[in-house]
Amino acid sequence: MTAYIIRRSLLMIPLLLGVTFLSFAIINLIPGSPVMRLRDNPKIKPEMAQMLEKELGLDKPWPIRYVGWLGDLLHGNLGSSMYNGVSVADRILAVLPNTLLLSLSALTLALVCAVPLGIYAAVRHRSWFDHVATVGAVAMYAMPTFWLAMLLVILFSLRFKEWGLPSLPVGGMTDPRGDGGLADRFVHLILPCVSLALIQIGSWSAYIRSSMLETLQQDYVRTARAKGLGQKTVLYVHTLRNAFLPLVTLVGLSLPDLFAGAVIIESIFAWNGIGRLTIEAVNRRDYTLIMGTTLMFAVLTLVANLIADVMYAILDPRIRLE
Amino acid sequence: MARATSTDVIRPVEPDDLAAPDAASGRLAPGGLLTAERGELRATPGFYRRSWRRFRRNQVAMAALVIFGLVALFVLVAPLISRWTGFGPYDNHLANKLAPPLTKGYMLGSDGNGRDILTRLAYGGRVSLMIAFLATISTLVLGGSIGLISGFFGGWVDTVLMRLVDVLLSIPGLPLLILIATLYNPGPAGLALVLAAVGWPGIARIIRGEVLSLRGREYIEAARVSGAAPARIVVRHLLPNVAPLIVVFASLAIPGLILAEASLSFLGIGVQVPTPSWGNMLGEAQRYFRTNTSNVIIPGAIIYVTSLTLYLIGSGLRDAFDPRLGD
Repeated sequence: MTAYIIRRSLLMIPLLLGVTFLSFAIINLIPGSPVMRLRDNPKIKPEMAQMLEKELGLDKPWPIRYVGWLGDLLHGNLGSSMYNGVSVADRILAVLPNTLLLSLSALTLALVCAVPLGIYAAVRHRSWFDHVATVGAVAMYAMPTFWLAMLLVILFSLRFKEWGLPSLPVGGMTDPRGDGGLADRFVHLILPCVSLALIQIGSWSAYIRSSMLETLQQDYVRTARAKGLGQKTVLYVHTLRNAFLPLVTLVGLSLPDLFAGAVIIESIFAWNGIGRLTIEAVNRRDYTLIMGTTLMFAVLTLVANLIADVMYAILDPRIRLE
Repeated sequence: MARATSTDVIRPVEPDDLAAPDAASGRLAPGGLLTAERGELRATPGFYRRSWRRFRRNQVAMAALVIFGLVALFVLVAPLISRWTGFGPYDNHLANKLAPPLTKGYMLGSDGNGRDILTRLAYGGRVSLMIAFLATISTLVLGGSIGLISGFFGGWVDTVLMRLVDVLLSIPGLPLLILIATLYNPGPAGLALVLAAVGWPGIARIIRGEVLSLRGREYIEAARVSGAAPARIVVRHLLPNVAPLIVVFASLAIPGLILAEASLSFLGIGVQVPTPSWGNMLGEAQRYFRTNTSNVIIPGAIIYVTSLTLYLIGSGLRDAFDPRLGD
């Protein structure tokens, strides 16, 4: 297994090279540079701008700069922000835990809701519960994340406050007047986490349902029933484990969606994460910071895919690791 | 379909083929088989006609089609709506800003500049739908041709293109879109191309897989033996066979692209104000969501209705094209 994981991780290297090369090209092929904006400023002398350009290394052609950037990366150095000189790695590490907290708690919530929903809908196939769950799944699938999030804020923050009910905060990660303790953080996490999770619950529960329905028709399930095993044993011992296999891949592949969804959710709820950092970086044309956040998104995606593959190999003994 | 393509060469006989002439009504006439045996065989309906017949029987998909038709009509008659409300899409009335619905002559209220929401909704829909459809077509042309080329020619062409797909698929779409849209600051048409530039790998991979499985079929072999040029094989024999797949993919991609454009415009990166789009109307309303809830609810609702109906039409098409699901 260790050898498999190592081999599989090595496959990520060429992909990351491709990602960094492509994003470096996209960023640097546009006319203009962070310094060009300074040139429009009459207070800044052209010589100053030129000096700054040289200092940031922007006077060299971009492929050469890319090789330099890559060399620094191999030494674990992501460079420093072109906007204010702060280390890119420090900025990313400062907000990464927030994004991970948001997306992983949304992932957990979505799984905790979607799995029982899907199983129950499959077991009660064609019941009213099944129909409601199927309609709900479709309804959630087409839902714009940002609209859903805003509706939840309007209901649970604004209206609940008006009605004198306990209300949730509109945004932010902690209450500026509060103590910033665990309870305070938790209350601020609820709405962003629920908005992000709700979108996934629909498609995941529909997926689990169809996977369960398919597995329930397998011969070994019929055999288990025929030899007189109870419904619980058949369901939890014989069906679930097999029905879960495709879910592992689906969840691994949905993780990038979750990170992407977090970008919007972070912006709505003023959640200080990597998505907001990305938007800040592109708005300031902060090339080094943009490269850092893009690399981070790619690493998160590839690691998620890796985990899905490894989990699949663990759960399914038929997978040969050679 | 007037001319039989290779799709139609071998397929199981379906009840529809033998039905009496009133099969167009969607019902199998009693004794349809007998009618056929009496020698009153009609021309076999083609793949698309049979699919359309299946689609029409899907009540959910048909309802979605009608509702989407209403949204499209609303958007098409935008100038009439503008005349009826008496507001142009760009008319600022700062004295009447943030009016609630049905006050001061605003049917659905006014935005932060006193512009009429209803009028902007109609004009914004033109922009949003235009971008989504243009982006879909560009995605299909780009992804479809790359998939066809990759699958048909194989070898190093395939390797290079598929590695590019792998690379693009390892960056989540939205951050990449934010990056390109902010740095290059495209107009509405440019935005559609940006969406396509980021979105093509998915369809390319699907089409490639399909072409790989079709490439070994006898009729392709036959075409090659009879001396058809590669371009002719691709256009005349492969394309018609992957066409249903492309149509289904397209109809399922449109809602995603509607949401992508809305997300970008919502973040202030896509369509730029004062040009209205559903996404940027919602993004602007975010500033006033404490006082003017309806400004948030209305544009979001029309985005949702559009993406939901398009999704339902898409899954209706998928079911209609899949003969395994039967009649």
